[in-house]
Amino acid sequence: MAAALVVGACGSGSPSALDPKGPASERIAQVWWLMLALAVAVYLVVGALILLSSRRKRAAEEGDRRLPLSENAFIWVGGVAVPTAILLVLAVVTVSSTAELTQADDDPLRIEVEGFKWWWEVRYPDADVVTANEIHVPAGRPVEIELTSADVIHSFWVPELAGKVDLVPGQRNVLRLTADEPGEYRGQCAEFCGIQHARMAFLVIADEPTAFEDWIERHRAPPPDPPAGPAAEGERIFESTSCAGCHTIRGTSARGTSGPDLSDFGSRRTLGAALVENNRGNLGGWIVNAQALKPGNLMPPVSLEPDELQALIAYLESRR
Amino acid sequence: MAVVEERPAEEIEHELEEVWEDAPGIPGFFATVDHKRIGMRYIYTAFIFFFIAGLQALFIRAQLTVPEADVVGPETYNQLFTMHGTTMIFLFNTPVLAGFGNYLLPLQLGTRDMAFPRLNAFSYWVFVLAGMFMYTSYLVGAPPDGGWFAYLPLTDKVNSPGINLDFWGLGVIFVGISTTVGAINFIVTTFKLRAPGMSINRLPLFVWSILAMAFMIIFAVPAVTVAAALLEADRLFGTAFFDVARGGSALLYQHLFWFWGHPEVYILFVPAVGMVSMMIPVFSRRAVSGYVWAAGSLVAIAFISFGVWVHHMFAAGLPALAMSFFSAASLVIAIPSGVLFFVWIATMWQGQVRWTTPMLFSFGFLFIFLAGGLTGVMVSVLPFDWQVTDSYFIVAHFHYVLNGAVVFPIFGALYFWLPKMTGRMLSERLGRLSFWSMFVGFNVAFFPMHVLGLFGMPRRVYTYAEGLGWETLNVVVTAGSLLFGLGTLLTVVAWVMSRSRGAPAGDNPWDADSLEWAVASPTPHYNFRAIPVVASRHPLWDQQPLPEAMSGDDEGTRSMGTPGALADETPITTGLDAGAEETMEIPRETYLPFLLALGLAVFFTGLLVEAVVVGVAGVVVATIGLLWWAWRTEADLV
Repeated sequence: MAAALVVGACGSGSPSALDPKGPASERIAQVWWLMLALAVAVYLVVGALILLSSRRKRAAEEGDRRLPLSENAFIWVGGVAVPTAILLVLAVVTVSSTAELTQADDDPLRIEVEGFKWWWEVRYPDADVVTANEIHVPAGRPVEIELTSADVIHSFWVPELAGKVDLVPGQRNVLRLTADEPGEYRGQCAEFCGIQHARMAFLVIADEPTAFEDWIERHRAPPPDPPAGPAAEGERIFESTSCAGCHTIRGTSARGTSGPDLSDFGSRRTLGAALVENNRGNLGGWIVNAQALKPGNLMPPVSLEPDELQALIAYLESRR
Repeated sequence: MAVVEERPAEEIEHELEEVWEDAPGIPGFFATVDHKRIGMRYIYTAFIFFFIAGLQALFIRAQLTVPEADVVGPETYNQLFTMHGTTMIFLFNTPVLAGFGNYLLPLQLGTRDMAFPRLNAFSYWVFVLAGMFMYTSYLVGAPPDGGWFAYLPLTDKVNSPGINLDFWGLGVIFVGISTTVGAINFIVTTFKLRAPGMSINRLPLFVWSILAMAFMIIFAVPAVTVAAALLEADRLFGTAFFDVARGGSALLYQHLFWFWGHPEVYILFVPAVGMVSMMIPVFSRRAVSGYVWAAGSLVAIAFISFGVWVHHMFAAGLPALAMSFFSAASLVIAIPSGVLFFVWIATMWQGQVRWTTPMLFSFGFLFIFLAGGLTGVMVSVLPFDWQVTDSYFIVAHFHYVLNGAVVFPIFGALYFWLPKMTGRMLSERLGRLSFWSMFVGFNVAFFPMHVLGLFGMPRRVYTYAEGLGWETLNVVVTAGSLLFGLGTLLTVVAWVMSRSRGAPAGDNPWDADSLEWAVASPTPHYNFRAIPVVASRHPLWDQQPLPEAMSGDDEGTRSMGTPGALADETPITTGLDAGAEETMEIPRETYLPFLLALGLAVFFTGLLVEAVVVGVAGVVVATIGLLWWAWRTEADLV
């Protein structure tokens, strides 16, 4: 069993709760290692007692059949006293770690995340910035994420940073996390939410604080001038076809709200809710037939002439 | 009385058989109220569902073995895990334990049938019809796909417009009727039909476990029935119990569901513990140590199980203080489990273990339940649960407790008690092979899931991306699941072979202590020619030969001896001391339970297809069945 753990721990690239990258997940990992140690100890002791008790006894060992204590005392000590002591330790650990993890921070960065089938809308209420599926945070600064859902229950889980909290319609839940170091942390929906539950992932991107300020500033600045060249044609296509019915792009007439806001699409690392890398090929494939990449998702296939598609891609990639 | 006694035993037994035997063929099949026939039917039917659910699990594993696989699509995958869970909980685990309870309870109590034999038949028919009802969804291509706990709003009419979820919601209500009437029957039978002298402190531990289970069912099942009924009201009639936009609450459903859902875990687990607590003493050649501790623990688990349901909702955003209480209660439940471990250890320690197949399965149970219990303690620690809930860690944990700690005792129980039911021993050689294959397969399949969960793999995903470090372990899990599946099939082979080649079991092949081993194998239709008189917790060890009661002239004792058996009667005794009290007539074969169950099935089908005429027809049939049933109290074939 320990071997399995070690083998697994070496499997790099996992969004692992055992590889904490922030104080919340760090605290929980500490609780885990303590409990694992206790559990292994209990397993070994009780397991040894089971094996010992079941060994074949020779007639000569008749006397050995006596328990080390009286029967009642044996059950009392093993079944009640020792477990109670261990559980009391765990109760104290539970209460103290819960208090720690639910404590509000001074001056946290506030972010709102709303779950949709099967993607995440991300809002920075203090900066009036809206994006999707990629959550930029400043490294080292506490973040308070307010979670809700537009449709069914989802669950927000970034194992490297914190435990999970559900997104429940009609309810605003709060998750507190801090990313100690800049980096990219993978998150995924953890509550079954329908056909594409498996592909409702997202990224938390922790930037250097100054880089984060730049990012926010770029997003809150007035929308860029209307593009030139093929991107201009792309914008016209976006506004005049079905795209605009579901998606919003700031500074244009596209005001749809049932799909992700695409105002900064060109600067995103992934598409399809952290499904694939955001590059021209994947984007083209996604626009033409998103069902092939993520069957059952709510984006219908879009039929465009090749040059129209190229223009649309150029436009979306220009939105940064 | 004296006249009866003077006749030769064979003649009396022949006469008893004639009185108690079911009508041959189809009529007897549908009309039987014999607890033994019903019990075995329960077990066999439940095992058909077990293998269906196992097949579904293997399809799940086929899809998950490698990343980005395309063995089944997401739609099929979601149906597979929904029906796997639903089948295992509602159509295998609960009914198979009811089956053992049905067969064994009257025998262990020393009586001739259950307290309400017709209700017993009804309970079986409802179970099998409800199972068929749910599986009809596959025939019409619309199996439920909302997960086995069917959270809203995912399962409301907007998000799940198809008929799929109605099969689930109505099926859950339907099968709950079976569970509930079964529980009432177990409780009344235990309190009123015990052999004289079997005071409450002499109950076999299996009976204690069935009693605890039955009380949990009585208090828990109404909650899931309400949850499913309100779900269906929202879906079929447009009410808004769970519709947030119209003032309903999505979390209300979760509370209702888990108020049943957590006790349900113990509803399954406690009888399994009861089985193990019968087998370990028999194969340690020693009375169970700490009987009062064990019985008390079973009862304590039943009580505490009602105070822990919120631990399924730790991530739902409830107040931390409230959750802390449930966290603490969930920790406390480890204490009665700890007591049980030391009861078993003390029993084996002071005895001499015989390594038979049932003992191997009990032994496997000890090690699996130990691991599952420890991870259970871990997940009741609130912050840790925030990491692992809804991840593969939880999948691992609940398979350790619900598959390992329930299915292993059930397989042990097959090797232990099937000889009593069929009269033939199962092969020990195949039994050992089956055990080791299941035990190794189980751990290889489910242990790595803990690690997968800690590495961030959420449950209920139909696929996963490459490069997340989950590839190797998923291959291991699939390999383990195949080995486990193979092990279960070996037991099927053992069962088939025993039917023709098994050694005759005799009355008491294991030298066991409880009353079911006092009768022939297979059990004669009348169970006991005369009711045994019990003076010990271990009558077959302490009372040789087992004394038989004589029929007296008063109402309390007249049915105790052979004349009572010949008159289709069995004695009623007092609740605590099992002193003679009254006599009850045992009803004979009747179609009424089947008719009533059929009426209900038609009614639920009417709701399903939203056809008023069909629904009303069902109500009419059921009402006729009920009235007729109430009218005809005399015991004869319809």
